[in-house]
Amino acid sequence: MNEQTLSRRFFLKVSGAFVALAAVPSTVHAFYQDVKSFLVPPKETLPTTLTINKQPYKVTADTRSTLLDLLREELQLTGTKKGCDHGQCGACTVHVDGQRVLSCLTLTAMLPGKTVTTIEGLADGEKLHPMQQAFIECDGFQCGYCTPGQIMSAVACVNEGHTKSVAEIKEFMSGNLCRCGAYNGIVEAIQKVAK
Amino acid sequence: MRPFNFTKVTTVKDGITKKEDTGQYIAGGTNLLDLMKKHIAQPEMLVDITTISSSIKPLKTGVQIGAMVRNSTLTLDNEILTKYPLIAKAILAGASPQIRNMASTGGNLLQRTRCVYFYDVDMPCNKREPGSGCSALHGNNRMSAIVGWSEDCVAVHPSDLCIALVALDASVKVVEKNQKERIIPFKDFHRLPGNTPHQDNNLPANAIITAIEVPVNPFNKHYAYLKLRDRDSYAFALVSVAAALHLENNRIVDARLASGGVAHKPWRWSDAENFLKGKEANTANFQEAARIAAEQTKPLEGNAFKVPMLKGAIEVALQNCLTA
Ligand SMILES: Cc1cc2nc3c(=O)[nH]c(=O)nc-3n(C[C@H](O)[C@H](O)[C@H](O)COP(=O)(O)OP(=O)(O)OC[C@H]3O[C@@H](n4cnc5c(N)ncnc54)[C@H](O)[C@@H]3O)c2cc1C
Ligand code: FES
Ligand code: FES
Repeated sequence: MNEQTLSRRFFLKVSGAFVALAAVPSTVHAFYQDVKSFLVPPKETLPTTLTINKQPYKVTADTRSTLLDLLREELQLTGTKKGCDHGQCGACTVHVDGQRVLSCLTLTAMLPGKTVTTIEGLADGEKLHPMQQAFIECDGFQCGYCTPGQIMSAVACVNEGHTKSVAEIKEFMSGNLCRCGAYNGIVEAIQKVAK
Repeated sequence: MRPFNFTKVTTVKDGITKKEDTGQYIAGGTNLLDLMKKHIAQPEMLVDITTISSSIKPLKTGVQIGAMVRNSTLTLDNEILTKYPLIAKAILAGASPQIRNMASTGGNLLQRTRCVYFYDVDMPCNKREPGSGCSALHGNNRMSAIVGWSEDCVAVHPSDLCIALVALDASVKVVEKNQKERIIPFKDFHRLPGNTPHQDNNLPANAIITAIEVPVNPFNKHYAYLKLRDRDSYAFALVSVAAALHLENNRIVDARLASGGVAHKPWRWSDAENFLKGKEANTANFQEAARIAAEQTKPLEGNAFKVPMLKGAIEVALQNCLTA
């Protein structure tokens, strides 16, 4: 047995052990991947083009992404608020193609070609939208958490013409809850703009 | 939410071809996404059908409402407002303006119960998990059924629109997996719970609702929708009543009475309707009709209050028909 064979043998042994060792973790890894994809199916993504506040956007979002999460988490448009995430509070109200809707129950995947307006898109530069101004003047909020949703809903309420009486305003604003109870100020602001 | 594959289709045919058994159609998404976020619905694929049949077509025999017509569109449509105003009245009593802008006609029929135990995945519920038991039967059943329930399920159907549709003898147009069209009378569309409460309705698997048809009717003058709930607006019904009268010189030629919040399906009070036919439209007869309906109820431990509530609601709704 000379030096060469020894080292050759040694090499084969060691490399064999490495191969074997490497094979073990790779099967464990594959097994882990299999279990993971069974328990947590891989996410699916979809490209979507849409217009938000007059700007074109091209996003590739998880199919599960709601418009609310897209706005807040991906586009840093955090004016739109998440209250309940289940359609029960109205904090997430935005306009899609001019209609007020709940962004927490709207899938980004369903929005190709649509036009979205959020609270950030209401003002004209530094000049507030009349409804924003009216909310300030009429004390239409306290903590302000529900306010972006209230204002988006209020703008739509006026556009729809549901402002003939206090009762009508209240009925057509009932989808926006306010824990601070700023309701009287909100109704006043809407009356002011509707005039 | 569990990850899912997403496909948009533009025709009914395509929708039916593309949808796999583990998938679900999505319309307004107002009920389905809520349930998916709670892991109550876990589709592996969504088929977006928002561009199918979204028109309101007047027919010789009535009106055809496309499945994708949004709830708010129905409340603004001239044909509906002049000939079928009860439909608009019922819709306006439900949800919120935002939700009505999103919700579709077809989706409204298929929305699932709001029973608290159905929503609480830690509690048994035969509707969510067949065989696990009904937590509401002896639990918190304040909102539950007072008629047509079974030991296996006491949940109620939460829709307002459906109450108007069942009162007006509507029918549901569906296209089945084999692409064949079928018409299901509205009153047979939803089911009573029996021992299969996981099945809300008789829509065949993978079928698409394409439209609702409402026949021509004489109920566009004297009608009312009364909804009683825990707050004035944006709440589901404890009890609701759709009432409609066809009157000739204060004599009732035909009557319709239906209720929401009382049963697993939109409920018709046929005996009370039959009593009213041919009678004079007056308080005594309205009271008797309400009594007949109330007599058919069987409340649970926690919702006996619904019976006098129903009685009062029927009476007032019938009175409101005279002033509407
Ligand atoms: C906070 C809140 C309050 C509400 N209050 C009320 C109320 O007071 N009264 C009331 O009536 N409703 C109320 N709703 C329910 C609302 O009206 C329904 O969620 C809505 O009508 C469902 O329609 P959609 O188009 O959004 O359905 P989706 O959520 O898109 O679908 C619902 C189901 O129907 C299936 N589906 C939809 N369209 C079709 C079709 N054409 N063919 C076959 N399958 C189809 C879907 O696969 C899914 O299983 C409320 C909802 C919320 C969130
Ligand atoms: S966050 Fe959308 S309604 Fe509450
Ligand atoms: S201002 Fe605080 S919730 Fe409305």
